[in-house]
Amino acid sequence: MIKDITIGQFFPGKSVIHRLDPRIKLLLTVIYIVMLFSAKTFAGLAAGVAFLLVSFLLSGIPIKMMLKSIKPILPIIIFTGILNLFFISTGEVIFSWKFITVTTGGVRTMVFMASRIILLICGTSLLTYTTSPITLTDAIERILSPLKIIKFPAHEIAMMMTIALRFIPTLIEETDKIMSAQKARGADMETGSLIKRAKALIPILIPLFVSAFRRAEELALAMECRCYRGGEGRTRLKQLKTAPRDYVAVVLALAFLAAVIFLNRVWI
Amino acid sequence: MGNFIEIKDVTFSYVNDYDDPPTKNTVIRGVSLEISKGEFVAVLGHNGSGKSTLAKMLNAINLPETGEVIVDGMKTSDEARLYDIRKTVGMVFQNPDNQIVATVVEEDVAFALENIGVPPAEIRERVDNALKTVGMYDYREHAPHKLSGGQKQRIAIAGVLAMQPECIVMDEPTAMLDPIGRREIMNTIKQLNAAGVTIVLITHYMDEAAEAGRVIVMDDGRVIADDTPKKVFSKAEMLKAVGLDVPNVTELTHRLIDEGLDLPDDIISEDECVERLYELLKKG
Repeated sequence: MIKDITIGQFFPGKSVIHRLDPRIKLLLTVIYIVMLFSAKTFAGLAAGVAFLLVSFLLSGIPIKMMLKSIKPILPIIIFTGILNLFFISTGEVIFSWKFITVTTGGVRTMVFMASRIILLICGTSLLTYTTSPITLTDAIERILSPLKIIKFPAHEIAMMMTIALRFIPTLIEETDKIMSAQKARGADMETGSLIKRAKALIPILIPLFVSAFRRAEELALAMECRCYRGGEGRTRLKQLKTAPRDYVAVVLALAFLAAVIFLNRVWI
Repeated sequence: MGNFIEIKDVTFSYVNDYDDPPTKNTVIRGVSLEISKGEFVAVLGHNGSGKSTLAKMLNAINLPETGEVIVDGMKTSDEARLYDIRKTVGMVFQNPDNQIVATVVEEDVAFALENIGVPPAEIRERVDNALKTVGMYDYREHAPHKLSGGQKQRIAIAGVLAMQPECIVMDEPTAMLDPIGRREIMNTIKQLNAAGVTIVLITHYMDEAAEAGRVIVMDDGRVIADDTPKKVFSKAEMLKAVGLDVPNVTELTHRLIDEGLDLPDDIISEDECVERLYELLKKG
């Protein structure tokens, strides 16, 4: 049950999107986000949708997965939707009851905002679907490395992210084990008030923390034994190299961005 | 040219600064040992005998309080040579989960090489070789957490092996594994030793120690026996006095000897035991 949790699901593959340089993919994601936020009209958003669909089709990730990524944020979409619906009072009044008024402007903003959030999530999840966490952290390290001049710990941050990713499954497994052990000794975690249930988590969290600290100490020792001494003078097994396809992708994304801005003006 | 590893009259204690006044717990009380290149040494001892502490002195994780440890001509207290020492003496720990750093097998094996600044093309080659040596090459792109304990431990060994150390110290590498995993690791260890890597194996298991070329028994921070497995295990009384067992076959032959059977007291392998019993029964 608890083991099913995966953070940043990655689908291995050999598509064009998979093979793009991760740094470029991050850049493309940023361009895509700019696209969505500069779109003022539905026509502009449509260009964003087109860009997303082309990327999804090229990646070979089933469209089903795109819909699945929306599921967890559905409450947020509904919540913002309702807020927009009731608090925006431009356009004609469609419906009015006591202090509640719904206007055409409200409906439009609601649909527009909801589409924007959905597109945002779909696009960013495409990034994690097609990029393994380790290449992603690698890319982040490379992008941030110029900041080393101002003593920004780019390597350390990337290392921390890698270790965190590495230990998520281990700690989830451990939590599972501790929960079973406490249940076997009569711990009750499923009934009672919210406060009671929160309190029941203490006997799980304390052993988990103790074990996490012990793991950290052992890992540090093992890293020291393997000559770890920070980012200085470090080489990498996998070098990141940009290929022509990366530049083509950036040009295409910029073209879509131009289309969004253009459509903002022509259509309403 | 002296020995590969020289331990000269070494002591070590853990100091607990949180106590007032600070308390001192001495765990190594004067140990002198020499290990030559290509040896397979097993270190035995019950919990708290100082065997792990001693192991961590071989690659400058622990520095001796008095005395000195010399690895391939380098003093472990010499900070300028620290990384050369750690490149020479690799270390594998008990829990494979806590020594794997990366989320992909090959990335983890490459970790040490990335740290010491090996050029990428050479990293690739050494990673592939290390993975082939431990028989995990086909798993190079897998996620470590989906592998079995024995497989994970072999990845950890490959990660150390990629540094091309002359000696690998293993601190109870099989303690958390099932029998199949233990067998896998023992086979890997023997294969590495045959290829010329010096092995120092710290273990709880007598049958693992029996496969070594030399057995060192520690008790209360001192070396109390240092000989071939045959000679060490023939002193069953001495081992039992320090809370250790002898391998099952040795135990069996010792009991048979007590019952008056004419057997040698230094049998440590099952095959040998079977053969001797067979001869004895044939004579009638």
